[in-house]
Amino acid sequence: MRMETADEDLAQAARDGDRPAFAALVARHYDRIHALSFRLTGQRSEAEDLTQDICLALPAKLGSYRAEARFTTWLYRVTVNAAHDRRRRAASHARAAGGWGDWEVNRRAAMAEETQAQDWLTRTMRQLPPELRDTVALTLGEELSQKDAAEVLGVSEGTIAWRMSEVKKRLRTIARAEDML
Amino acid sequence: MTDDLEQLRQALQPAPAPEGGAKARALRLALENFDRHQASAPTTRPINDRPEPAGRLRGVRLMLSKLTTRAGLAATASVAAIGIALVIYPDLRTRPEPAAVQPATLSVEKAAPAAETAAVKTEMADQAAPAPQPAQDMMLAEPLAQGNAQSAPPLAKQRLRVEGAARMAAPATPAPAMDALAQTESFYPGDAALPTRDTEAYASATPNPLKIAAEDPVSTFSIDTDTASYAVIRSSLTRGTLPPDGAVRVEEMVNYFPYDYPAPQAGDGPFRASVSLFPTPWNKDTQLLRIGIQGAMPAVQDRPPLNLVFLIDTSGSMDDPQKLPLLKQSFRLMLGQLAPEDRVAIVTYAGAAGLVLDPTAASETTKILAALDRLGAGGSTAGQAGLEQAYAVAEDMAADGRTGRILLATDGDFNVGLSDPEALKSYIARKRDSGIYLSVLGFGRGNLDDATMQALAQNGNGTAAYIDTLSEAQKTLSDQLAGALFPIADDVKIQVEFNPATVAEYRLIGYETRALAREDFNNDKVDAGEIGAGHQVTALYEITPVGSPAQRTDALRYAASPESTGSDELAFLKLRYKAPGTATSTLIETPIPATPATPDTDARFAAAIAGMGQLLSDPKYLGGWGWDQAIALANDARGNDPFGYRAEAVRLMRLAQSLSR
Repeated sequence: MRMETADEDLAQAARDGDRPAFAALVARHYDRIHALSFRLTGQRSEAEDLTQDICLALPAKLGSYRAEARFTTWLYRVTVNAAHDRRRRAASHARAAGGWGDWEVNRRAAMAEETQAQDWLTRTMRQLPPELRDTVALTLGEELSQKDAAEVLGVSEGTIAWRMSEVKKRLRTIARAEDML
Repeated sequence: MTDDLEQLRQALQPAPAPEGGAKARALRLALENFDRHQASAPTTRPINDRPEPAGRLRGVRLMLSKLTTRAGLAATASVAAIGIALVIYPDLRTRPEPAAVQPATLSVEKAAPAAETAAVKTEMADQAAPAPQPAQDMMLAEPLAQGNAQSAPPLAKQRLRVEGAARMAAPATPAPAMDALAQTESFYPGDAALPTRDTEAYASATPNPLKIAAEDPVSTFSIDTDTASYAVIRSSLTRGTLPPDGAVRVEEMVNYFPYDYPAPQAGDGPFRASVSLFPTPWNKDTQLLRIGIQGAMPAVQDRPPLNLVFLIDTSGSMDDPQKLPLLKQSFRLMLGQLAPEDRVAIVTYAGAAGLVLDPTAASETTKILAALDRLGAGGSTAGQAGLEQAYAVAEDMAADGRTGRILLATDGDFNVGLSDPEALKSYIARKRDSGIYLSVLGFGRGNLDDATMQALAQNGNGTAAYIDTLSEAQKTLSDQLAGALFPIADDVKIQVEFNPATVAEYRLIGYETRALAREDFNNDKVDAGEIGAGHQVTALYEITPVGSPAQRTDALRYAASPESTGSDELAFLKLRYKAPGTATSTLIETPIPATPATPDTDARFAAAIAGMGQLLSDPKYLGGWGWDQAIALANDARGNDPFGYRAEAVRLMRLAQSLSR
C-alpha cells in the first residue's frame, strides 16, 4: 500500500485512537520490523514470532511515542528492546528445559540441526556478543548512520564507532580461525 | 579493514521477505489488540530494558507480554477450541456427553466432562491469562501450555482449521464465533472484552444500469443535495485506504462543489434549471447531458427567524477527537452565522435523553457556548428518546413565521430504543408533516451508520453532511449555512423523457438511492429532496446517440423500429417542486436540444468528479479511461476555485490512484 501521509502523523493519529491510521502504519512497517527482527535473531521463524509480538504490543506501546523522535527510529528501538526481552526469555527457557520432557528435547534437537545447516553469516553473527550484533544489524543491515543507530540503542555515537571497530577486529579473528581450519 | 565489514553488510542485506500469511495474521491480531486497547485505554509504558521496581501487576503484565508466541498461543488455541465447541453445540451445557466436544477440541484430556466445559474454559483462561495474580503462578501455566501443544499440529494451521470448522458448522451465527476467537487471541489477557469491529453501514445500491431509450424512455429521480459521501471518501483516502464501494455516491460527490449556474431572475420561481450537452471525456462516441439547478438566494436579512434544536449524540462512542470535540467546534462556528432573533435549544441523548439548554436567543452566545462546553460523552445511544424529545422541544418553540429545524449530530449509532431504520423512517416521515425539518451531521468513523443518516435526512426533509474536519464544518455550517437551514423548494423531482429517435441508450450517473417510480413524479404524496437557499444540484446522464458506434445493445430483429416523431429534440425535462409548507406541486417543463456544445470549465470538472466516483465504485463504463485522465481533466478544469475545493479533489484523486495500484 502506498500513501503520502507521514509516519509521524499516522502514529499520532493511531495513538489517539484512529483505527485506519493504525492499520496503515502496521501494514507499512511490517516488512521493516520483520527485516530487522531477522537480522537480530538470524532465524526466520524467530523473526516471524518476534514481529508478531511487536505488532500485537504496538497499540499499547504507541502511548509512549512522542513526536520528537522519528517514527522509524522509535520503532527500531521497540524492536531491538523486544528482541532483547526475547533473548533473555529464551535463555531462561533453556535453563528450565531440563524438566520439560521429550517434546522440548526434540525441539531443541531440531533447532541444533538447523544451526548446523546455517551459513557463514549465522556463524559469524553467533560469535559476536549481543550488543555488537545489534549494532551490526542496525548499521550494516538497516544501513542506519552511526548517529541514528546511537539514537536507537540509546548510547553515544562514540560507542557505536567503538563497537564497529570492535566488530572489525573480531571479524578478522574469525577469518583467521576459519582459515586455519 | 572495511572488507570484512563489507562482506558482512552484503551477507546481511537480503532479509527474507516475510511470509504473506504471517503478515496478514499479525495485522489482523494487531488490529484486534488495537480495538481492545481503545476500549480499555489502559495506561501505557515504554519498554524498558531493566526491570523496574514496580507493582506486581506490572510484573505479571510484563511476563504476559513476553509469553512466547508458541507457548502462549498454544494455550490460547485450546481455549479457542473449547469456546468454539460451545458455539457449535450450544446445548452442550445441559447435555453431559463428552463425545460431542471432541470433534472441535484440541486438548481433549482437559475437556473431559462436557457439563464442566464452561468451568474448564474459565479455568484455562485463568491459567493462560490470569487477572492480577502473583507472578510465580505463571510457571505453572507455561508447562501446561507446552503439554497441550505437544499433541497439536503447527499453530497457524490449527487456528485456521478451528475457524473453518466454526464457519462451516455455524454459518448462521458468525458473530459469536468471531467473538470467541477474538477473546482467546488476546495478547494482554484480561483486556479481552469488547472486540469492537468496524461496524459502518452504507446506503449502497447497485449503479444505475444502461437503459434503452426505445424501451424505457422515462427516467425519474429525486434531487439530492447531500454531500456526505464526498467527505466520507476524503476521510478514507487521507487515512490511506480506499473507501468502501457503498460509501461512493457519485451525485453527492458532484454536488459537493460549487458551480457557476445562472441564478433565477426575480419572480422566476425558486430555482432555475440549465441544461448542457457535451462529449463524454471517457467515450468519444457518447455525450454527457448535464442538468444544473440553481436555487435562489434570498437576501440574508429577509430570511425568517429560525428555531434550531441541536440534537447531540453524547454516547460513549462519541468520545473521540474526531467526534464530540469537533462537533463542539463546528457548532461554535455556526453560532456566529445566526441572527440575534434566532433561537437555539440543545437536547442530548446518551442512555437517557435530556434537555441541556432551554430555548435561548442566539444572541446569548455565552450561555449557549457554556452549555456546549458542558457536554461530555458517556453511555449508550438512546436515539429514539432523543429524537422524540427534540421534536417535542421544536414543537414547543414553533411560532408563526419561524422555520423549525432539528440538527442531529451523531456518529450514526442508534443502539438503544428504536434502532430499526424502517420504523425510524416512518416516525420521521410522520413528524415531517408538522413542518419541522431534520438535518443530519455525521461525525467520526468506525461505526458511522451512513445508511441510517441517509434515511433520516431523506425522510426528514433535510440534508445529510459528514463533518470530518473543521474546514468541512466551515463549509457546511458557516459558508453554506443558509442553504442548509432555509428550504426554498420541497419535494423536488426530476423526470427526463428521452426521444428514441435521437437517443439510443442513456444512463443516469449516480442518484441510485434517489430513484423514483415513473408514476410517483405526479404524485404529490411521494416525498423527494429539498433545495435550500442558494443550493445547487447537478445531474449527469451519459447518452448514446442513435447511430453511434458506442451503442452497447443491438437492435431487435422482431421489434418495430422506433417511430420517428419528427422531433429532433434530445429529451424533454420536467421538474416538480412544492413551495415550502404547501401540499400541491408546480410543474416546470423544457425541451432539451440535441446539439452538443463545447463544455465549460464547470461541466468538465463535474465530469471528472463523476469519473472519479465511478473509478472508486464500478468503472465498467469507463473503458480505458483511468486516474491519469481523471486527474488531468480535473486539474485542467479547476477554474477559479476560491475555496480550494477543486484543488483538494485533485489531491484526493492522486491519493486514490496511488492506493489502487
